[in-house]
Amino acid sequence: MLNKEQPDTLDIWSDQVFDVLLAADIKHVAYVPDTGHARLIERAIEEPSMEATVLTTEEEGVGLLLGAWLGGERGVLLMQSSGVGNCINTLSLVQNCRFPFLTLVTMRGEWAEFNGWQTPMAKVTAQSLELMDVLVYRAEQSNEAAELVSAVADTVFNGDLAAAVLFSQRMIGKKEWAK
Amino acid sequence: MTLESLSSLERRKVVPELLQDRGDLLVVTGLGSPSYDAMAAGDNDANFYLWGGMGSSITIGLGLALAQPERPVLVLTGDGEMLMGMGALATAGAKHPRNLNIAVLDNERYGETGMQLTHTAHGVSLAELAKACNFDRTDIITEMEEIGPFRQQMQSTDAGLRFAQIKIKAENLEKVLPSRDGVHIKNRFRAHLGFQPL
Repeated sequence: MLNKEQPDTLDIWSDQVFDVLLAADIKHVAYVPDTGHARLIERAIEEPSMEATVLTTEEEGVGLLLGAWLGGERGVLLMQSSGVGNCINTLSLVQNCRFPFLTLVTMRGEWAEFNGWQTPMAKVTAQSLELMDVLVYRAEQSNEAAELVSAVADTVFNGDLAAAVLFSQRMIGKKEWAK
Repeated sequence: MTLESLSSLERRKVVPELLQDRGDLLVVTGLGSPSYDAMAAGDNDANFYLWGGMGSSITIGLGLALAQPERPVLVLTGDGEMLMGMGALATAGAKHPRNLNIAVLDNERYGETGMQLTHTAHGVSLAELAKACNFDRTDIITEMEEIGPFRQQMQSTDAGLRFAQIKIKAENLEKVLPSRDGVHIKNRFRAHLGFQPL
């Protein structure tokens, strides 16, 4: 559960990011759920021009977005930081086939984290992506999320490049464990 | 499991039978022998050959099927490659496109690495798995005559989600190599569908 002040803020910036994805002609939203992506996922499921696909593990999203691109359509992969580790070898497809790859990653294990088991992957999320030739951008504040995603989507789809936008855990809010 | 207990179907006869008169069919092949089999049956701009990303053939086929609902899509892969991406069966089943077919050439072996036994040699049923994953049709094919009916269904874009586990002989054959240039294969495939490089 998120604390009381957070959901509205999260909804606001998530809606702004969703509008950016829509404007970027994204047709495929592949995801493994995370609290920070909940609103985006909900919007994608409701949007008739988009196919929202729930994955069993994050690397499936890399293949799905390659398939969609072979078929002429753009997509985005939504995951949390732990999922980046699951994608490593599959990201070789992005290097070998060179297709536009955009992923939005919610960070866990870096700010007010109760569950230390999230931290090992959080520490190396950005480096892991960079090791696989994925450009990494990071939003610290919710008011910069939409603008950053828009700029990165331009970079990805105009440049045939791979890039990730990391959303800081602070933007998503503190998870309440006591309730 | 001894070789005698396996099917007598030969992969290099099965695949041409599967791909004949292919019409609008778009094909994604799993890395290893299925890529060589598809190449041996005749190179085609509408083939996307995988050389890596093991376990990704089904998700690539799924993304393609969703983006091209008017074209039938075939994922042609092997038991080892499919086993590495088993969750993708659940993902495909949940999304349930009506133009996607998965054909697994099952020799119960990891052919590329020295013919070590896979899980299908140890009692795991891929067809049952597909059935449990919401596939509309799941076949275990052991005879050549069964390929034709599957091929006809495969070319429909409205027959549902289909899976065939084709039991084949374990044999080491000459490799017929498709291009290993992923960018070239991708651009060629997209050009076939009318999409130009950036």
